[in-house]
Amino acid sequence: MAAPSRRRFLVGGAVAGTASAALGARSVVRDSGAPAKAASGHTGGHGNGVNGPTFREGGAVDHRGNGFHPSKILRDFDYGRVSHTGQGRVLREWEIVAGDKEVEVAPGVRFPAWTFNGRVPGPTLRCREGDLLRVRFTNGSAHPHTMHFHGIHPAEMDGVPDVGLGVIDPGRSVVYEFDAKPFGVHLYHCHVGPLAEHISRGLYGTFIVDPPQPRRSADELVMVMHGYNTTFDGQGNQLYAVNGIPFHFMHEPVRVRRGELVRIYLVNILEYDPINSFHLHGNFFDYYPTGTRLEPAEYTDTIAQAQGQRGICEVRFPYAGRFMFHAHQTEFAELGWMGFFEVTE
Amino acid sequence: MTVDRVGSARAWVPAIICVVLIGVVLVALAVVGGRTLPDRAGPPIEQLAVERNELSPGSITLTLRNTGPDPVQVAQVFVNDAYVDFDGGTRPIERLDTETLRLAYPWQSGQPYQVSIVTSTGVVIEHEIPAAVDTPQAGGGFFALMALLGTYVGIIPVVLGMLFLPALRRIGSRGVRALLALTVGLLAFLAVDATIEGLELAGTGGGAFGGPALVVLGAVLAFLALTAVDHRLRTRARHGEPRRVSGTRLAFMIAIGIGLHNLGEGLAIGAAYAVGELALGATLVVGFTIQNTTEGLAIVAPLTRRRPALSRLLGLGVLAGAPAIGGALLGATVTNAELSAFLLGVGVGAIVQVVVQMAPSLRGRDDRVLDPATIGGVAAGLLTMYLTGLLVIA
Repeated sequence: MAAPSRRRFLVGGAVAGTASAALGARSVVRDSGAPAKAASGHTGGHGNGVNGPTFREGGAVDHRGNGFHPSKILRDFDYGRVSHTGQGRVLREWEIVAGDKEVEVAPGVRFPAWTFNGRVPGPTLRCREGDLLRVRFTNGSAHPHTMHFHGIHPAEMDGVPDVGLGVIDPGRSVVYEFDAKPFGVHLYHCHVGPLAEHISRGLYGTFIVDPPQPRRSADELVMVMHGYNTTFDGQGNQLYAVNGIPFHFMHEPVRVRRGELVRIYLVNILEYDPINSFHLHGNFFDYYPTGTRLEPAEYTDTIAQAQGQRGICEVRFPYAGRFMFHAHQTEFAELGWMGFFEVTE
Repeated sequence: MTVDRVGSARAWVPAIICVVLIGVVLVALAVVGGRTLPDRAGPPIEQLAVERNELSPGSITLTLRNTGPDPVQVAQVFVNDAYVDFDGGTRPIERLDTETLRLAYPWQSGQPYQVSIVTSTGVVIEHEIPAAVDTPQAGGGFFALMALLGTYVGIIPVVLGMLFLPALRRIGSRGVRALLALTVGLLAFLAVDATIEGLELAGTGGGAFGGPALVVLGAVLAFLALTAVDHRLRTRARHGEPRRVSGTRLAFMIAIGIGLHNLGEGLAIGAAYAVGELALGATLVVGFTIQNTTEGLAIVAPLTRRRPALSRLLGLGVLAGAPAIGGALLGATVTNAELSAFLLGVGVGAIVQVVVQMAPSLRGRDDRVLDPATIGGVAAGLLTMYLTGLLVIA
């Protein structure tokens, strides 16, 4: 603290009368510096710091209080209420409610979130290409919201202000209706200004359109990469997460089987940082950008996604054990975006 | 006598009635008026000041004080953008209460660190460690080292400066006045500089205990206290040697003023040691040592007309130099921004008092304070400080 700058100017030239005192002082100072230098040698030291980032030991998020659990979100696909139209098309219907909800985003940290169906990220809506989709959206929040789906649809179903259904005020309900196309992994989110705030507060989710011919059977997972700007200053995030809670999969690893095909629907809906990434330890995966082609574009262990980008990762784990996954922006990783796969026989 | 007493009692009665009346009205306002005030809207105001950071291998210990109006609950902590495990801070910190956090973090010597404390509402309070070094533990060896440093920068140079006394006797009254003026210049520069640093330092403390006002408070209290000491000495001197300005008294006052100022220097040394800056170079200590020889000069300058006993001279030297030892100990062990700011203010008040004390001694035969010799001396003092400052920054 008290920086000695005030006295910096006091150094003068060598003065005979004080030379001996000065020399003495110098040797004292050198001695005193020795323990400070020794401190740098503790790199291999103890303490939990070297074992990587972590929240305060012993703390846990109240998943029950939050009303959602990151591990359950992994394999939670909402196919909607299925019926058939007069023409024999598959009709899928969902009820989505926007709300305001305080969420414990890290042990002891409360965040005033805006949610779809009470969770962050919102439900993973899943359908097949060509289905007719009907989403009944109710705004139960105190703020105006919309649902904007990525995909191909008429302008009036776009869920943006001043077009079609436009902004949905608190208390109002509307129905978004459109065809499911193209196949791939997409997303939906609120599109009301200020856009960054409406998205970063939690109003987003995954929207999967399966191809007409189903993909190979696999253990399918949804991973939504996102963050929390708890200070609401729009300057980056204090917490980074996948599926809602930072560091969650460090304590509760994603359980998969050795040799089984694992398909990850990976979505980046991170605000305030332009790029996010996904890196898997000890394994390589096929990557399908946006999932709109059936041939992989890449065989890799690290992919980068800009805001709103997404894709499918397919991997078979040849070895059992724990394999880390995380953003390869180490800053994001150490602020919460990291976890483990636990591969068992 | 009795009439006087009755008169004074009569004078007191209305005053007491006034005080009681004011008390009753204030209590009534607090009880009745407090209820009519609207509740404060908006989120709680969360403020934490880090009063001290202590580093040991693999861990950083922070002493926090809640300087805001509302309780603060520490939720998580990250250092240089990585969350860390820590002990402490499990309960909300009430206003002006303190709390200690022990972070597990493998810091590297000499590196800067940014500690971010996330509260339960997601507010982030940041604390910067400019250069991490092992915090010295207060033991026998540590105290001995601080005492040694204090002696080096405080007592030895002051006493060395006093060796000029025989030479001063030969340079004549004009030369002595020029030297005193030089000292005034040096001290004036230091007073301004210490004020600026004190204000800066107070700004970092969160302001719960007054912030910059503490510097002013310290300065005014020190000035008043030294003026009282001076007044007492002057009264005593008047009884003994009427009509003569006592050189001994002036030397004594200068020694006290310089002593309080050296307390500030000691604080700077101790604080520098605590943040490891002394490990980077001995410039601070050497600088103080050289500068403080002029303080010895200043103390003996009023004594050119008398032959004080050696023990008295040594006593003056210790009076002026020894506070540097106390300051060094305080600076290294009690790293509290607001206390340091207050003590810097004390130093400023002492310097101003010394300058006021010295002003009459600058008078020449024609009774002018500002004759060419003194103007030159003061200017030389100011310039010396300014120029040596430039040399160090380069």
